[in-house]
Amino acid sequence: MREDIIFAGFGGQGIMFMGKAVSYTAMNEGKFVTWMPSYGAEVRGGTAHSMVIISDSSIASPVVREPTICVAMNKPSFDKFEGRIKERGLMVINSSLVESRVKREDIEVLKVPATDMAFKLGNPRVSNMIMLGALLAVKDFLRLEALREAVTELIPKSRKDLLAINKEAISQGYEYCSR
Amino acid sequence: MKKVLMCGNEVLAESAIMAGCRFYAGYPITPQNEIPAYMSRRMPEVGGVFIQAESEISAVNMVFGASLTGARAMTSSSSPGISLKQEGISYLAGCELPAVIVNIMRGGPGLGNIAPSQSDYFQATRGGGHGDYRQIVLAPASLQEIVDLTTLAFDLADSYRMPVMILGDGLLGQMMEPVVLADSVERIAYSAKKDWILDGCKGRKPRIIKSLLLGNGELEQFNERLQKKYNEIKNKEVRCEILHGEDSKLMLVAYGTVSRICRKVVKTLREEGKKVGLVRPVSLWPFPEKELRALTGNVERFLTVEMSCGQMVEDVKLGIECKKPVHFYGRSGGGVPTEEEIIKEIEKIMY
Amino acid sequence: MEPIFLKPNSLRDVNTHYCAGCGHGIVHRLIAETVDDMGLRERVIGIAPVGCAVLAYDYWDFDVTEAAHGRVPAVATGIKRSRPENIVFGYQGDGDLAAIGTAEIIHAANRGENITIIFVNNSVYGMTGGQMAPTTMLKQKTSTTQSGREQKLHGFPLKACELLSVLPGVVYAERVSVHSPQNVLKARRAIKKAFQVQLDEKGFSIVEVLSQCPTYTGLSPKESVKWVGEEMTKQFPLGIFK
Repeated sequence: MREDIIFAGFGGQGIMFMGKAVSYTAMNEGKFVTWMPSYGAEVRGGTAHSMVIISDSSIASPVVREPTICVAMNKPSFDKFEGRIKERGLMVINSSLVESRVKREDIEVLKVPATDMAFKLGNPRVSNMIMLGALLAVKDFLRLEALREAVTELIPKSRKDLLAINKEAISQGYEYCSR
Repeated sequence: MKKVLMCGNEVLAESAIMAGCRFYAGYPITPQNEIPAYMSRRMPEVGGVFIQAESEISAVNMVFGASLTGARAMTSSSSPGISLKQEGISYLAGCELPAVIVNIMRGGPGLGNIAPSQSDYFQATRGGGHGDYRQIVLAPASLQEIVDLTTLAFDLADSYRMPVMILGDGLLGQMMEPVVLADSVERIAYSAKKDWILDGCKGRKPRIIKSLLLGNGELEQFNERLQKKYNEIKNKEVRCEILHGEDSKLMLVAYGTVSRICRKVVKTLREEGKKVGLVRPVSLWPFPEKELRALTGNVERFLTVEMSCGQMVEDVKLGIECKKPVHFYGRSGGGVPTEEEIIKEIEKIMY
Repeated sequence: MEPIFLKPNSLRDVNTHYCAGCGHGIVHRLIAETVDDMGLRERVIGIAPVGCAVLAYDYWDFDVTEAAHGRVPAVATGIKRSRPENIVFGYQGDGDLAAIGTAEIIHAANRGENITIIFVNNSVYGMTGGQMAPTTMLKQKTSTTQSGREQKLHGFPLKACELLSVLPGVVYAERVSVHSPQNVLKARRAIKKAFQVQLDEKGFSIVEVLSQCPTYTGLSPKESVKWVGEEMTKQFPLGIFK
């Protein structure tokens, strides 16, 4: 297997963490994985993204040009990456913030009102975990339980109070798309 | 041993600490900022020194000071900052002081951009500073190799008493991939006696560390001694990896990030039955000249691929003494060559 | 016969390369005397600058290194932070400290590095052949201010001690002179005090020493000490700034 993933959104939406959580999960699952952030002036004020490649064989370049999966957390990210997704690829859209119509007809689209769901859960910052739960419901390249374990390891000891809500967010995202 | 997921810059910083580095001075510049940030946190934990200097010039001179007291010392920067460090590197070479200098390259010239690049090859391998000196240059291609080469860099710096550069790029510094690290920070291997340091002349004659040699013929003699040392290094310290040296008709030559992509190209084309191989210099100076020359029997053409407008390609030509045609494909200013681009280039040349 | 005046142990028995009447030799000796008096010879690490005093290590009989032009405070920082038990001093000229090395001196001082700087201000560049220094006096003729230093073209003489003394990291800053025996003794006391500040781990100390360069002020040794005492001290008043 091989998935080339781009996670994109505003700073503060946990974009980097989303990529790290998936990478960490993949590492624990014995996959080859690379994670590459957008950095420097590129991330000031606008859209941040990270690129993750997960594969059964070694990875040459960590740069993702044509993602097989793109998780777009806001409108600018949707605009930026819609055209770049590989044919028959998947776009997971945060429909709370992206109302645009999808122009591409050759890709699969999954709409998740992640920000609204996160508000209902009591913390808008867990929209990223809702998206990850949703993603794994339609693409089972990683085990859901492995993601939960990775998130448990990644959240620093000082923020363990946030663990429960993050895990709940993963579950809700997963259930939303399993229905 | 533990498997961790860290970015290249952090892996490098932790590896330096594991190699016994106890002094770091630097100045922020993208894309290597994770190194000073990590060092600022870790150095106090291991009883080392971290200083955010007022400039790259100052940082390298602080390293100069720390090194002459016997400490394993390191500074890091990215291209424009490395230009500023050249003065200090020349003085380190002139005073025969060990030090590790990290360049996480970005695009140039001038302020350029912050995207990954390999356009400081000339500066690194020729010695961007003044005078007849060399520095050892090591170019890791993966995060795991950063661990090994950082340790090696400190060992080589100490054993030859000279600056060693670790040459990476923004991609290698920023990306994460799984890395196996040793559990503890116990490896302080440099206790090998440094009988030349300045620590106060207690119970011994005073020492002087300097590079000003005004006596008649003194500097020439010194330079001859340096050259002798450099020749020894050329004989002993060349490191490179060769894929399919035995039967390749077309040989790719690439280092660092680009070599990862070329490795994939070789795999793809070999599956199609095409006799393509790869030479990956790990030490850029000393350069694997003999290793390349030994391939000129079966290899019909060489293709050097770089994230620059063509720098290492000159060493490839020199190395094989122009016995076979050497082609070049490069991207610059932040462009990272793709597998498809390289295959297209190979098809133009050979197939 | 009992000798009543001896060469300091920290001074080597060699001939001087400095010009007749030059102040560097006096300052070298004052440092050597202080190091001996305070019993620091086996603990001290000196740093020679680029300039006439680069050869200071030919005279001092203790550990000495040499720094690139202006980088003495950075090298001193690296040494002192790695070996806090050593006593680290930098010797800088006016070009080294007040021109090419302004960033290094200001930031080492501002960090309050526990080091000592002996700053020799003789108003002119010696080693390169008598060019303007940042401390060259207005109207003073040098090879790059041939009709005299003009403020409009070359700026004002830079007052390093005054500038540095406003920084909170600086514990002790004094300007002294070596143009007369009385002043030489005062300079010696100041150098001793600066080393004591470092021994007490209080922070950054600097002694600026006004000195004579007969060769490039175009004066006889006798005239040059008079010029330092009468002219230079007007622009660079002696005293403790901090």
